Amino acid sequence: MEMDWYLGLSAVLFTIGVIGVLTRKNAIVIFMCAELMLNSVNLTLVSFSAQLGDVHGQILVFFALCVAAAEAAVGLAIIIAIYRNNLTVDVTRINLLRW
Amino acid sequence: METYIFILFATLAVASAVGMVASRDTVNSALFLVLNLISVAGIFLLLKAQFLAVVQVLVYGGAIMVLFLFVIMLLNLSDEENMLSRFSLRYTVAFFLGVIVLAQLLYAIASVTGTLPQVHPDMEQIGTVESIGDALFTVYMLPVLVTAILLTAAVVGALLLAQRKISSEKGKGSE
Repeated sequence: MEMDWYLGLSAVLFTIGVIGVLTRKNAIVIFMCAELMLNSVNLTLVSFSAQLGDVHGQILVFFALCVAAAEAAVGLAIIIAIYRNNLTVDVTRINLLRW
Repeated sequence: METYIFILFATLAVASAVGMVASRDTVNSALFLVLNLISVAGIFLLLKAQFLAVVQVLVYGGAIMVLFLFVIMLLNLSDEENMLSRFSLRYTVAFFLGVIVLAQLLYAIASVTGTLPQVHPDMEQIGTVESIGDALFTVYMLPVLVTAILLTAAVVGALLLAQRKISSEKGKGSE
């Protein structure tokens, strides 16, 4: 099994995440698409680590997972705070700071 | 055999990612994301990264997605239908931008096609809990401690942000 396929899968998942972020209006779904993109980058790191036989790539993925957990907690708290103020999570209607 | 397992997991991952982006219900999106994360964990197993596959299922598929589902339940989103716009300029622009991103990524990959080796033979020993723990608690001791501080700060920050009432006098008084 060649490595190109793993990298290609990761590229496809990243692109689906990008399209999701650009098209959806629900803040939670946008956030989940960001998680999907993070995860596809993790897949790239793991596949390079596997082909080089190096443990450091996997440790970087481990730290990325920790940061993703922290990011999810804070991001969801921000979404709850936004919902309390605006009673919506539609990003087109959260336009207080929009030009 | 490995190729078939890869095709199975890759199809599952891509299909669930598309389902996540396309589904109307937020809860369905979250469950599709769980399926996607678990199939990526299967691909980690194919790459002989056992520890990361288990951590992926436990932390991502377990903890983070439960957090997402709790928030979705908490917010009680009923006007979901209004958030799906009809076919519009937004979709075409997003589609073209997505095609451009995919083309860039595939171009970057295509330049190294055929030069990449297979899965390293030592990988069986490298992906285990033992070797990763060995590296984490010797070479990467300081980053592990910094991660602990980061997670504590994230928990405190999440509590502060999601608090019901943050009155301005209270915020000034606690300085």
